[in-house]
Amino acid sequence: MNPTAWLARTAALFVCFLREIFDESAYTRFLRQRRVSSSPESYAEFCREQAASKARRPRCC
Amino acid sequence: MAKFFRVLAWLIVASLGTLAVATIALHRGEQISAMWLVLAAACTYALGYRFYSKFISARVLALDSLRATPAERLDNGRDFVPTNKWVVFGHHFAAIAGPGPLIGPVLAAQFGYLPGTLWILAGAVFGGCVQDFVILLFSVRRDGKSLTEMAREEIGRVGGFVAYVAVLSIIVILLGAGALIVVNALKSSPWGVFTIAMTIPIAVLMGFYVRRMRPGKVLESSVLGFALVILAILAGQWISQNAITAPWFTFTAPTLAIVIIIYGYAASALPVWLLLAPRDYLSTFVKLGTIGLLAIGIIVWHPTLRMPPLTRFVDGTGPVFSGSVFPFAFITIACGAISGFHSLISSGTTPKLIRCETETRMVGYGAMMAESMVAILATIAACVLQPGTYFAINSPAGIVGKTADAAAATISGWGFPVTAEGMHALAQAVGEQTLFNRTGGAPAFAVGMAQIFSNSLGGQAVMAIWYHFAIMFEALFILTVLDAGTRVGRFMVQDALGHLWKPLGRTSWYPSILATSALIVGAWGYFLWQGVKDPLGGINSLWPLFGICNQLLATVALCVATTIIVKTHKARFAPVTVAPLAWLIAVTFTASWHKMFDPNPRIGFLAQARQLSAGVPSHEVSRLIFNDRLDAVVTGILVSLVTLILLESAWLWIRVISGHKQAEVKEVPFVMTRFAEEQG
Repeated sequence: MNPTAWLARTAALFVCFLREIFDESAYTRFLRQRRVSSSPESYAEFCREQAASKARRPRCC
Repeated sequence: MAKFFRVLAWLIVASLGTLAVATIALHRGEQISAMWLVLAAACTYALGYRFYSKFISARVLALDSLRATPAERLDNGRDFVPTNKWVVFGHHFAAIAGPGPLIGPVLAAQFGYLPGTLWILAGAVFGGCVQDFVILLFSVRRDGKSLTEMAREEIGRVGGFVAYVAVLSIIVILLGAGALIVVNALKSSPWGVFTIAMTIPIAVLMGFYVRRMRPGKVLESSVLGFALVILAILAGQWISQNAITAPWFTFTAPTLAIVIIIYGYAASALPVWLLLAPRDYLSTFVKLGTIGLLAIGIIVWHPTLRMPPLTRFVDGTGPVFSGSVFPFAFITIACGAISGFHSLISSGTTPKLIRCETETRMVGYGAMMAESMVAILATIAACVLQPGTYFAINSPAGIVGKTADAAAATISGWGFPVTAEGMHALAQAVGEQTLFNRTGGAPAFAVGMAQIFSNSLGGQAVMAIWYHFAIMFEALFILTVLDAGTRVGRFMVQDALGHLWKPLGRTSWYPSILATSALIVGAWGYFLWQGVKDPLGGINSLWPLFGICNQLLATVALCVATTIIVKTHKARFAPVTVAPLAWLIAVTFTASWHKMFDPNPRIGFLAQARQLSAGVPSHEVSRLIFNDRLDAVVTGILVSLVTLILLESAWLWIRVISGHKQAEVKEVPFVMTRFAEEQG
């Protein structure tokens, strides 16, 4: 793989990693699953769903 | 030919690693560069990952790339999602990296840099990484079951109960100790308090942005929030220097403790997601950025370690916390070497994201190596300080004296020169009134970080900004753990109470929410209050207690892992988990014994209670005596419970190995992955 392609792939992966950590990917999946477009209402619904599962997730010391 | 070069490359890595470890271990009387620690760590982790984790993958766990994971079989687009291994790695690392790997090594630096560094390297490669890896894999093979569920199914009902109690205890004590660190970092610091207070409106603004203006754009809002936090840090300097505004944000330790307890209760009981979720994202953003910056700063500046490899305090007379290097160095540094808490993450969200079983090696073993590297960076940050400065910041007034001159004289008398004037100048350089008696590890770490950052970027002129950036980072980080931990604890209590009376288990029933939140906040708030009022600084009691709980949880996790290995007829490989288990038993049981029964009042809870009883009686003294006895009882109960799970596990291993019991593992049956073709 040439260096430019490698760099582009690494950058894309890094963005993916950030999007997953910051739940942007989860929101995209939510929109796809519900077949709705992004809006304040759909994001509020997503947050409600997330709240239940996230609140039970331990944070490490 | 290619094989020859591979062997040669690994021989070079091994030689470099040996040279670095030998330099760290054998140099006496002269200061060494921090880069030796970085080199030793990099080589040790590379060798551990390449050889030890590969051995575990192939021989002990027999990872199977053709076996479908729960993320694939149960894919629901929500909890179970097959995810790229690097993304899962980042996700897992962000979840396991808390304040522990930063604070523990700073406190343990009182023994010198050598004990902590060696424990971090060996503990991670042979203990922590192994624990995280095997628990992750076993959870993946059980549809992402939690540690407590696996303990109940594989060991028995006692195992499940002990795991539950250990988890709840560690949450309570962790939150108490974490809150105390925040209190000690922010007391009498208007700049710090202002910056942290400002994160509340900033988070609300982020919440508004992400919900109303740009739905779902969390990264954007986090960048915006980060910029506003930097502005708050800059404004904090002005606030702290202004005669009118400074008193508004200047609090004593007890006042701050009350504020934090009220905050914890509100965060648990009220629907304040507009605040908490954005702040959680902001904290993650700052955490990842700061750890990256610290690594870059150390590489750019490559500082010299001022702390000697070993100090006189290995004998147990240290001012930061009491107790000799064995066992106390090994419970003080938990996260970064081995942390039982990680087993909760490895059996929580992460197993539900793993796309292919073989990726558990990189995620489980690899992410723990990354966290261990963070602990090495924290050790460096503490050890670049002059030892006199380090001890002046971390020693409680009850030990070194209440005035600056008395403290400087005591610390200089130990052979670590420091002057009241020098400390005053340092305090002024970082924008604080004083740096004496700022126990808890966070201020010392912040001063170390500020030195590293200012030497690699911006010079001494911006030292105060970097110091308060570091304080903000630690406090924000711990407060996020605090509100998340309080909610997790509340759910655990609700789950348990639901068995007694169903409505109490309903997470939407408000009386139950209010009552269980009060129980959890009351529990950690009690430990916090005890720490604030402790004349020895609180950390002396709380951090070892936290370390003992954390390592006892690791003992439970390794019991579960060993049981599964034995049940799968691989007892000959059991030493992989039995060796760290045996070490942890030695460490935690010895430490627990010392904390309960040591005749030295600075170490043993009961000895301190006896000493206080012999003095002048007062209400305050009675309370201190009660606290000591309570801490001894908590330690005793935890050790007894873990002894039970150990005995139950050992009895099971003996019966399975001797053929008296049919081994029955609760793995889900093999299903062929549909990704098999991609994997070739």
